Amino acid sequence: MSKTKIEEINRNIYDIKNKDEYDFKIKKGLTKEIIEEISKQKNDPDWMRDFRLKALETYNKLELPTWGPDISELNMDEIATYVKPKTKLNNSWDDVPDDIKDTFDKLGIPEAEKSSLAGVGAQYDSEVVYHSMKQELISQGVVYTDMETAVREYEDLVKSHFMRCVPVNDHKFVALHGAVWSGGSFVYVPKGVKVDIPLQSYFRLNSPESGQFEHTLIIVDEGASLHFIEGCSAPKYNKVNLHAGCVELYVKKNAYLRYSTIENWSKNMLNLNTKKAIVEEGGQVDWVTGSFGSKISMLYPMSILNGKGAKTEYTGISFAGKGQNLDNGFKVIHNAPNTSSVVNAKSISKNGGKCTYRSLVRITENAKNSKSSVSCESLMLDDFSISDTIPVNDIRTDEVEFSHEAKIGKISDKTIFYLMSRGLSEDDAKAMIVRGFAYPISKELPVEYAVEMNNLINLELEGAIG
Amino acid sequence: MSEKLLEIKNLNVNAEEKQILKGIDLTINKGEIHVIMGPNGSGKTTTANAILNNPAYTKTQGSIDFDGEDITNLKTDEIARKGIFMSFQLPEEIPGVSVTNFLKYAKNKVTGKPVKIFQFKDELKQYMEELNMNPDNMERSLNVGFSGGEKKKNEILQMLVLNPKLAILDETDSGLDVDAIKIVSKGIEMFKNDNNAVLIITHNTKILHSLKVDYVHVLVNGKIVKTGNQELAKEIEENGYSIYKK
Repeated sequence: MSKTKIEEINRNIYDIKNKDEYDFKIKKGLTKEIIEEISKQKNDPDWMRDFRLKALETYNKLELPTWGPDISELNMDEIATYVKPKTKLNNSWDDVPDDIKDTFDKLGIPEAEKSSLAGVGAQYDSEVVYHSMKQELISQGVVYTDMETAVREYEDLVKSHFMRCVPVNDHKFVALHGAVWSGGSFVYVPKGVKVDIPLQSYFRLNSPESGQFEHTLIIVDEGASLHFIEGCSAPKYNKVNLHAGCVELYVKKNAYLRYSTIENWSKNMLNLNTKKAIVEEGGQVDWVTGSFGSKISMLYPMSILNGKGAKTEYTGISFAGKGQNLDNGFKVIHNAPNTSSVVNAKSISKNGGKCTYRSLVRITENAKNSKSSVSCESLMLDDFSISDTIPVNDIRTDEVEFSHEAKIGKISDKTIFYLMSRGLSEDDAKAMIVRGFAYPISKELPVEYAVEMNNLINLELEGAIG
Repeated sequence: MSEKLLEIKNLNVNAEEKQILKGIDLTINKGEIHVIMGPNGSGKTTTANAILNNPAYTKTQGSIDFDGEDITNLKTDEIARKGIFMSFQLPEEIPGVSVTNFLKYAKNKVTGKPVKIFQFKDELKQYMEELNMNPDNMERSLNVGFSGGEKKKNEILQMLVLNPKLAILDETDSGLDVDAIKIVSKGIEMFKNDNNAVLIITHNTKILHSLKVDYVHVLVNGKIVKTGNQELAKEIEENGYSIYKK
């Protein structure tokens, strides 16, 4: 049988590069002067400037991680950490410059805003260029704005929550984030308010040899609920780009938050993102993650179940192709009685791609009568792709129910023959098997994203296998 | 005069370097039901797989013509689109793909035409009722968690929906109880008309109690050693294959 291998697939819209035009692009590298310049550009209050400088000190003290994928190619001297687009924050798409608007149009953001979202934020390089939310949510006291505005207008809330859930010394790239963060979204949902339609922030990195360090801070107050969607993409360049965002989620008593991500960074991106949620009594946070892009990804969302009966679910899929090393997973700390976690992780690797599921389940002495069930499944589409599972289970009390199940599989020739005997070509057969494998995840995504995910799968499989 | 549908000439097939079929000749005309019977290991399943050109089997000699065209070396999906269907002895499970979506997709591939979803669902539901299948199965993942009987009925359902010119049923009756076999026979009768044909492959004669067939071929050690009518099946039921084994 003939095997066709295509080196680079056409990612269509994702790869459309705009001219690298900006209002201000900071010098490459990382020095005190550079941080002070970013702070000045951003009009930080003093406390934030001091925060950044302290974070830089922490960054300089911390070592690179000694485990996981090799990220030694990352040279911070070659990365511009701040690129200000040539526009201010707008609340009408008409005011967004044409080339930037055109990019978001092609990504379907303004269209989705009309049909299925309650609010939208759009970030281009280092700054949010568009933010808007439906009037009825504003009148219910819901806050959805860019992080810079939040620092000014909701200073107390930001000060008491900013990098408390993810402390600056968590790891080197969190410290980096603390020093150079820019953009991102701030959401506050007041007590008892149920936001039925999702909010979505989209992050687009256009500028080459630069980094994106957006900060997302979400507080869902007691009894409130929210679905937040995060999308990310970038065109491909030959040199490394860096994404080191930070997501902090505070889920108060009996509140509910669903955090969905479709990550489709270009394949020159190092995605070293950090996401954590603190969940109080009776609250629940659900993570839904589709990870397709990046050259290297190290991403392990974490739920800290601090209140009695708090719950979390993680549903995630990674798809690694040629040259990609996706080291993803989930961490959960059960820190109170009757807490529960459910993990359903899947990965697909093809064309020499590597997927690792790295996880932590810690059930502390406090967490009597807690439950945790973990299932991870991998599918390898050829003989030279790699899949690995590295779970750490740290159970410190007896009164728990814990299960861990891991399966690694390949598409069998028999299955392909079966589908071909029904008129499907070999490529169609493989795509159907992969879509079916991904279905338990895609069905958890909002429908447009499920469609996008299937399109991405088809795009990834097109001509690349067979 | 009857019209030729399938013509196999001097077919020799290897599986894993070992010769399994040693010169098979078989002609099936439109409107006919044929049965290939034979003991385990005689090459029955190999015959079915070779017709569909399963890459796990290698044809070393001979040819297969279908509807006046040489299909010997076509790919499996091309053969399926020419109008040959095979019901599998062990149907594969496809998690995350519902019976409805699978069949809609396959029907589109086989016919090359768009499938109208509501009409299609009605058709599917009707067939499922006829085959005594649980209508909830339509939305379940294909064959996942299906019992042996449900899988076999699902194969017959696929045959009815895809409506091929030639249906090859590989051991569809094996492992089924009498009632399930009756339903399979009913499915075959629903399918069968003057313009299509059925090739039943089996090692026992149970299905022939509820279905009238035109030809019975006895396959032993990779060769068709005798061809007859339904009477031949009765004879084998009584005496077994021993007299054909040398």
